[in-house]
Amino acid sequence: MKFAKYLLSDLHPGQEAVIDAVHADEALHHRLAALGFRIGRSVLLLRRGIWAGPLHVRLGATDVMLRRAEAGLISVRSK
Amino acid sequence: MKRIALLGMPNTGKSTLFNRLTGSSARVANWAGVTVDLASAKILLGGHMAEVVDLPGIYDLHGFSDDEKVVRHFLEAHPIDLVAIVVNATQIERQLPLVLQARSLGLSAVLLLNMADEAKRQGMQIDTARLAARLGFPAVLISAKYGLGQAEALCTLAQTVDTFVESVPVRYGILKSVLSDDARIERETAEMMTEAVSIPVQLSERISDRIDRLALHPWFGLPLFFIAMMLMFQAVYWLGVPLQTGLAQIFDELRQVVLEPLAAMLPDFLHSLLLDGVFAGFVTVAAFVPLIVLFFLFMALIEDSGYLARAAFLTDALMARLGLDGRSFVMVLMGFGCNVPALMGTRVMRERPLRLLSMLVIPLSLCSARLQVFMFIISAIFTPVQAPWVLFGMYLMSFVAMILTALLFRKRFRSNEPFVVELPPWRLPMLRQVWMRGWLEVHHFLMRATRFIVFGVIAVWLLTHLPLGVAPGSPETLAGHLGRLFAPVLAPIGIDEKLTVALLFGFVAKEVMIGAFAVIYGLSGDALVHEFAHSMNWLHAISFMLFTLIYTPCISAIATIKVESRSMRFAALSVVWPLILAWSTSFVFYQGVRWMTSATG
Repeated sequence: MKFAKYLLSDLHPGQEAVIDAVHADEALHHRLAALGFRIGRSVLLLRRGIWAGPLHVRLGATDVMLRRAEAGLISVRSK
Repeated sequence: MKRIALLGMPNTGKSTLFNRLTGSSARVANWAGVTVDLASAKILLGGHMAEVVDLPGIYDLHGFSDDEKVVRHFLEAHPIDLVAIVVNATQIERQLPLVLQARSLGLSAVLLLNMADEAKRQGMQIDTARLAARLGFPAVLISAKYGLGQAEALCTLAQTVDTFVESVPVRYGILKSVLSDDARIERETAEMMTEAVSIPVQLSERISDRIDRLALHPWFGLPLFFIAMMLMFQAVYWLGVPLQTGLAQIFDELRQVVLEPLAAMLPDFLHSLLLDGVFAGFVTVAAFVPLIVLFFLFMALIEDSGYLARAAFLTDALMARLGLDGRSFVMVLMGFGCNVPALMGTRVMRERPLRLLSMLVIPLSLCSARLQVFMFIISAIFTPVQAPWVLFGMYLMSFVAMILTALLFRKRFRSNEPFVVELPPWRLPMLRQVWMRGWLEVHHFLMRATRFIVFGVIAVWLLTHLPLGVAPGSPETLAGHLGRLFAPVLAPIGIDEKLTVALLFGFVAKEVMIGAFAVIYGLSGDALVHEFAHSMNWLHAISFMLFTLIYTPCISAIATIKVESRSMRFAALSVVWPLILAWSTSFVFYQGVRWMTSATG
């Protein structure tokens, strides 16, 4: 499973991956990029909120929470 | 005069820096071309006066949020001599693109790398000289929180602003053309990072992460948060009530010993207007100020620690089911202080339906002005043991009203707003900063309140004393007539004619209500409390409080809703819906309890 592909929303807590593509509309694309979701950057999933709550991820020195729907727009591959 | 704009992303400590630079001289004003108010202040900079403007925090100069539009419009409409770009040094890699965007505007600039203390603790090294050489303008490491590097920053700002001769507004053409250069910006960011910044490969587990493991725990996170909030309200209550009683006694003494003898020579009419009207009304409200100060201080403490952002994470799943999101919940909490800033806080939301739905629920949060009214009534009617529980019940009802409103209106205000929010690390709040923030809030609150209170109590006095010649507060006065006019509506929910007048003025500002009580009954201090205890029982009291909690946003809140929603119809909805909800709630409660007690006894 060397370059297995998934979505950010599929990661387990503690799992790290590299961002492959961001499939968001222009506005969201800008916001995601400004928060550090850029292609090639690595992202660590810290925790998933209960009751299908948001995900807590870390990009470098920035922590971000985002809903599973938005995380589903981001393709990642294993490191 | 030179004009300096502070530009930066949210959570960079930009406002902390602004407060530090300007002290308490800041004022909030309207700027041409911009729909919102911006804070600005004049400071002495290198021998000249300069005006510093705090722009809203933005992620991107070509973003689509209201705040991002505000910044663009501001830059187009107003000449800027210098833009001070504030960056969170620990996140420099992510924030450099905004710096480069700003640079391409062609303005004179200085880069302020804030939170340098945190960056150093994390083992980061930033070579400001190299960075400055690449950027073409100075870069300074600072810590706005601790005041580090402030002298150097001021000095650099002064020098840079002096070398620049001419200031012109940014033309939209330039703004547009420079903003489509993402690839170049990304490349340049990467180059600068390699040249000027070194980051330790493996960050050790931060204390912040350890706190998060508990605070964001799947099962304990939410209960812990509510326990923390309850403790805060308890603390405000236990610390605040003695202060309030003490202050009320001092005002009473002041009246007996100083004012009564002084006013003795005045004609009756004026004597009564000044002492029973203005003085009694005003001090009844003023006695609650320490309580409000405490409340805002605690809120600032919680906000600065980073707990509010966690609250957004913890509650988002629940809020999503109500058609809202975690940020709406944070705004509601802010609304417990004052609804007005909470309503303005919804600007971070991009989609209109989500903003509107948030603005519809926020006025239902039990703001500190309503808290004053409830504290007053509760302490008059209930025992000290019952009191905290009754108050807790009111907070609970505040949530129930919000949930009900959201469930009813979520279909009408359906949105697809993405929820992507930064989670700043836990930080130890600085006393000085909490104090500054708390004080600023209190200041705004008092400005709003005093304007209405003096006007309100005078108007109430006139209503309860005119026409001349009738007994004050009697059914023959204007107030009596007004009371009878509303009696068919308010009698079924147990609200008598005297309280009706107070309710009418609560529409102006809720804190006028207790001022109005004092004027209507012609009493203040202990005497007023006793009169209250005699004239209503617990059933009337709770029905009245339920109605007061929900019935209508105050004038300032309605004006804010009108401005923020840019819709008269929505503003009208935000008044009419709570009125209906308030009346129905009180009716069900009042008649329900009466029916049950008559059925059982």
